[in-house]
Amino acid sequence: MTDILTLAPRKPLLEVKNLVTEFPLRTGIFKAVDDLSFSIEPGKTLCVVGESGSGKSVTARSILQIIDAPGRIASGSIMLNRQDGTSLDLAKLDPRGKAIRSVRGRDIAMIFQEPMSSLSPVHTVGDQITEVLRLHLNMSKAEARKEAISLLRQVEIPNPDKAIDRYAFQYSGGMRQRAMIAMALACKPQLLIADEPTTALDVTTQAEILDLISRLQKAHGMAVLFITHDMGVVAQIADDVLVMHHGVAKEYGPVDEIFHAPKDPYTRMLIGSVLKLEQKAEIRLARPPLDTSAEPILDIRGLSMQFGDMKALDEVSISLLPGETLGIVGESGSGKTTMGRSIMRLYDPTAGEIRYRRSDGKTIDLARIEGAELKTARRELRMVFQDPFGSLNPRMTVSQVIGEPLLVNGVARGKELDERVCHLMEQVGLDPATRERYPHAFSGGQRQRIGIARAITLNPRIIVADEATSALDVSVRFQVLDLLMRLQDELGLAYIFISHDIGVIRYMCDRVGVMYRGKLVEVGEADKVCNAPDHAYTQALISAIPRPDPRDRDRSRRFRYVEPAAPNVAAITNGGAAR
Amino acid sequence: MRRANLNAGVPMLKFIIKRLLWMIPSLFAVSFLAFVLIQLPPGDFVTTYIATLASSNEVVDQNTAAQLRERFGLDQPMLVQYLKWIWGIVTSGDFGISFEWQQPVSGLIWERMALTLVLAVASLLATWAIALPIGVYSAVKKYSIGDYAFTAFTFFGLSIPSFLLALVLMYVAAVEFGQDVGGLFSPEYETASWSIGKMFDLLTHLWLPVAILAVSSTASLIRVMRANMLDELPKPYVTTARAKGLSEFRLLTKYPLRIALNPFISTIAWLLPNLISGSVVVAIVLNLPTAAPLLLQSLMAQDMYLAGAFVLLICALTLIGSLISDILLALVDPRIRLE
Repeated sequence: MTDILTLAPRKPLLEVKNLVTEFPLRTGIFKAVDDLSFSIEPGKTLCVVGESGSGKSVTARSILQIIDAPGRIASGSIMLNRQDGTSLDLAKLDPRGKAIRSVRGRDIAMIFQEPMSSLSPVHTVGDQITEVLRLHLNMSKAEARKEAISLLRQVEIPNPDKAIDRYAFQYSGGMRQRAMIAMALACKPQLLIADEPTTALDVTTQAEILDLISRLQKAHGMAVLFITHDMGVVAQIADDVLVMHHGVAKEYGPVDEIFHAPKDPYTRMLIGSVLKLEQKAEIRLARPPLDTSAEPILDIRGLSMQFGDMKALDEVSISLLPGETLGIVGESGSGKTTMGRSIMRLYDPTAGEIRYRRSDGKTIDLARIEGAELKTARRELRMVFQDPFGSLNPRMTVSQVIGEPLLVNGVARGKELDERVCHLMEQVGLDPATRERYPHAFSGGQRQRIGIARAITLNPRIIVADEATSALDVSVRFQVLDLLMRLQDELGLAYIFISHDIGVIRYMCDRVGVMYRGKLVEVGEADKVCNAPDHAYTQALISAIPRPDPRDRDRSRRFRYVEPAAPNVAAITNGGAAR
Repeated sequence: MRRANLNAGVPMLKFIIKRLLWMIPSLFAVSFLAFVLIQLPPGDFVTTYIATLASSNEVVDQNTAAQLRERFGLDQPMLVQYLKWIWGIVTSGDFGISFEWQQPVSGLIWERMALTLVLAVASLLATWAIALPIGVYSAVKKYSIGDYAFTAFTFFGLSIPSFLLALVLMYVAAVEFGQDVGGLFSPEYETASWSIGKMFDLLTHLWLPVAILAVSSTASLIRVMRANMLDELPKPYVTTARAKGLSEFRLLTKYPLRIALNPFISTIAWLLPNLISGSVVVAIVLNLPTAAPLLLQSLMAQDMYLAGAFVLLICALTLIGSLISDILLALVDPRIRLE
């Protein structure tokens, strides 16, 4: 039986030819996907990779005809070759018709980026899984429930017979994505489309989800169309790769070719910018070694922060030298953001000291000061935020945004203010002629430059950057990092750089502190911590990072960190992490 | 986790009991406040009464006035009056006698409440039955011709004051079609006891006030429903449901509609007290035998036991309404119940 199957000429499972998906806008027609062709073989993994706005998500949605309004498929064909020998052109089907609905969920299933919002908040997980089973396989309620429990078991959700009656918000992030996968696999589809399924997850959880998908893929002989912006993930899981940019395919081929012999300059740039983050920045290599004998500018001792019963920061002690870049790395919920905000006194710490050495040599405790003293200190400590969209007031022009600290503190006004703003914009690599525009007219990277310009207006001495590059595309990411380092040289800044991305930390930081559940578990030189860490948690964290090389796919080195002291209820029931 | 699920009802029960207990002091506080407020304007029922008599050239001397005050108990300090009144309510459910009507207050109110309830429920059902489907349609077919047409209607309904609509419709019905408008019954049934004929008569009179009351609330409800749906429709869980292969109608009713309806449950809190105090103007224009005109009349005449009983009732309904909507919200939304 199998012999005959392998001998027969295999048609690809899905064949996309000259696909064009467009969005009619008031200003004309925008082609989100332009003349795209690719195919997926049964059981194989195709990764579609690209930066934001490349059209990779629209491509995935075009296959199932679930493009957000007003998008529509303008031309091209999407041939689905089913196992029973029948073929169907999905592009020709009515998006609301019966034919495409019988393909959705049964032949082709999809999982999405944000598992929390992709699951209904008011229906149990079980309800949403049994729904697919009853719809496509005509199961009875009891059968469907039994099958759903077995699906939850397959995706390794503990106590599936209890978990089935719980809601998505009672699950942790990783569990939610597992539940989504269980839902997608319910009807044993031949193709799974995964749209950035691990982007919202921590690296250790990401590694587990990737393992789970590849294991289920082998077990069911399912093909996977995996959409991601993360070249590391691509290198680890892809058979074939399609590189997209502005709706057009830049390069399409086997993964090894893409990584080791890329032909297209855009692909080369993408891979180059990923590899760049594998080592120290050139700017830092050119610098003289840091003066480690200097008095620390910031000395944090026993800093604790409690929210109700939760200890977000637990006796954290760390110091920052003048001109140093200190990285703080950890997964979500580790307390790294709380630490940044406590230093800025956006939170009032419950215990501990934050000793800040002022430029006049006097030391003050930032955790205690109030009023005018705090205001002065805040001029010297500034912050850059993660979300370049949310952190700029959409109703203020860029010159107002950047000039506001100067105006509020009465430093400059009128013509002088305008000149200062222009100078600041030049410093961060923005054209001062655009200063009267509003933030929406700028790209993500440019907005982050605006945020940086705002942070340096008052000549600060310390900048706390909280995930400052996490929302940016890789190609823009290192440009912003380089800018930060250039400013550091020019202005003599010290950085506290909070990130979950070890690559960014390695590129940028002198020293790193690793946080785990509110505790600082390891502090050391960036090279040492990123390449040969001492603490078991850091080792587990490093091992989970997907290496951007398809020839290096050894998953056996990866392990999950288990806290030595067992009595942690949250870790066992997996309920506490749901926050 | 099983224990948590089994015990999910216990905190709920605790919450309900706590809320019910809290209602007792709130009701006392409000009843006292209402009592004081009703008495705040200068004069009392006797002054109003004398003024009415004076307008028909009857003169009441000081002695008679004092006698009247004594008979009504108005000569006593306010606190004593209040305590007497509230004591009567608590011990024997006696809300006192209306000065103006010379009848027990409870009888007066209950008589009106039945019809008020019929009218309110009828117009509420009409409103929801019209507004919810239209709101959903408008949201799903955003910027279609149908949406624009309904939008035009809603702005019309929102901007026309309901008393004006009442007057116009009354005129049209009475003059053009010779219908008997005003009130809820024809004269021959007004005092008759309940019968099939009276029921039918009620139905023929009910459509006009129901239509008038429904137009303005339908209009605002369509806008709210449309906005709620538009918030939910682009959410990723809707796309997930679509990617599963559900039909458009099924996924709309199961997912976004279910969540878009949640805000309506919280409106129950003000729907109940609205039974009494809502639509005063329309009820007066149409001469409806509902509670609202009676409340207004009692306030103007300083008929304090009647007015006090109304205020107490409105307050009780507000508290009960918000309790009901809280319980319903917790029942339909697991995020509230379990987090």
